[in-house]
Amino acid sequence: MIAQVTSEGQRRKRIAQRIAFALLTLSTVSAFVALGAILYSMISNGVSALSWQFLSEFPRKMMTEGGIYPALVGSLYLTVGAVLLSLPFAVASAIWLSAYSRGGLWVRVIRVGVNSLAGVPSIVFGLLGLAFFVKVLGLGVSLLAGALTLALLILPILIRAGEEALQAVPMNFREGALALGATKWHAVRTVVLPTAIPGILTGVILGVSRAIGETAPIMFTAAAFYMSRLPETLSDKVMALPYHIFVMATESPNYYKTRNLQFGAALVLLGMVLLMNLGAVTWRARVRRRKQW
Amino acid sequence: MRRPARALRDDGTAGPPLDLRPIRKAGLRGLITILKERWDRPVFLALASVSLIALGLILFFIFREAAPILRETGLSGFFGTHWNPTGSPASYGALPMIAGSALVTVAALVLAIPLGFAAAAFIAEVAPRWMKDVAKSILELLAGVPSVIYGFFGLMIVAPAFQRAFGLSTGRTALTASVILGIMALPTIASLAEDALTAVPNSYREASMALGASRWQTIRRVTFPAAFSGLIGAAILGMGRAVGETMAVLMVAGNAPQITASLLRPVRTLTSAIALEMGETAMGSTHYHALFALGVVLLIIALVTNGLAEWFRGRLARKHGR
Repeated sequence: MIAQVTSEGQRRKRIAQRIAFALLTLSTVSAFVALGAILYSMISNGVSALSWQFLSEFPRKMMTEGGIYPALVGSLYLTVGAVLLSLPFAVASAIWLSAYSRGGLWVRVIRVGVNSLAGVPSIVFGLLGLAFFVKVLGLGVSLLAGALTLALLILPILIRAGEEALQAVPMNFREGALALGATKWHAVRTVVLPTAIPGILTGVILGVSRAIGETAPIMFTAAAFYMSRLPETLSDKVMALPYHIFVMATESPNYYKTRNLQFGAALVLLGMVLLMNLGAVTWRARVRRRKQW
Repeated sequence: MRRPARALRDDGTAGPPLDLRPIRKAGLRGLITILKERWDRPVFLALASVSLIALGLILFFIFREAAPILRETGLSGFFGTHWNPTGSPASYGALPMIAGSALVTVAALVLAIPLGFAAAAFIAEVAPRWMKDVAKSILELLAGVPSVIYGFFGLMIVAPAFQRAFGLSTGRTALTASVILGIMALPTIASLAEDALTAVPNSYREASMALGASRWQTIRRVTFPAAFSGLIGAAILGMGRAVGETMAVLMVAGNAPQITASLLRPVRTLTSAIALEMGETAMGSTHYHALFALGVVLLIIALVTNGLAEWFRGRLARKHGR
């Protein structure tokens, strides 16, 4: 009798577990489905718009024909500018956090700063860019103002990636250098940093892929609806791919006519971002596996 | 008698006497050596402070540009129920946007928290090794999709589908925004929740299984409660992200500034109001200051949710001694 009750209970337990695990699996699959649906709709609707002309031509006829060339170039400028402006500070921060800080108040304060900065909504960065870079510094709506705003936005991403990369360098590398009489900076410069470069580059790729897709921070600081030429100086406005997609889909008078072009532009942006992310993730995995120490 | 040199503090008051003896003793040569070999620590500290400076700039400028709204409409005017900056008389009540953000965020979390926790449990407790890696990569890719792409997807695919399904005049509603936001918050919540579950020591699971519990019972009664504060932290951070999300919501929420509890109506959120209207206002106008005041509300929500989430996550780490 007792044995029977136990086995009945165990059967129930097993069934409950099976149902529960099926639900957990299904929830995880929903993430696959979401990504798949986004990818599928962009590819099926947008692939017919893709051509060399689409990538290399200016928009024509009130942006109802032609390509996305200036938006691509503009996004490239903004993103490269943001990374160049942000990277030195990010690497220096990471070096300080991983090699110089001795724990205590300053580290905690700076960590709180980095984490809080990472949590600030992107539109608030846009507001800062407008109030500070555009207005107070007098840069106007320009490539430079947009790049500076994006640089602040990706700073926490680059710092975290850099710190992770530096901390992955084994302690005995540093100790070896210090034992040979190197100063701390000499050890960092000649031993720690070179070892950490692949990790830092992974972070750079992630930062680029984040910056290239951001729209809100550049709306009031850099982006132009349409330009008939490429930006020539840092104080020019620029077209940018994500902003281009946004205005084509919502504000352009002929938005229904240009459906195909919109999907094409979205596919290009999504493709670039996903490839960069995928590249960063697989490269990181490879670097980790290859490590000999 | 010579007075001892006094160090000036940042605020201009004199600090305790500066101890210059080591430098005097070392002489000029020593001073040069000190500069040559010890420049690095203060320089790196200064460079590392740039995130703090950035945060300070954000706080200072957003508050400064928002402050005049207190003079122009007063606090009660700003927390009024009507938003009509271009009407006459113009009104700058922020409650419709606060309500819009709240509605959309709560509905998104209703979707994203169960899915996110379940996906986290699957990855941390159930999935075999290879599937774990695949699922984590998928979440990472999903997190990397730009918000304008989510918005575009919602606008072109989800909104028309909802319009047909519910027989609405427009598919751009709070519901569409919630679904898109839910998908966007899912990877954040899932990966942080997975961290929390992984932080629970294995001895807990082993003890539970040794008492005859099944793996599912262990997850439900042992692992989840033990990871509780980390899970709360994950949910709060997901919430912060959802409140601050701009482009996707702007494109699919319909942008009508009204207070409603119905998901099938269009709403305007804090973020979309700023993005939508900032381009049309004159710098320095009341409208401009009101939009910055919306930014203050957003910034406060973001900093508070971020701080709370960190605290909860830190509590979990302290509890399990990591």
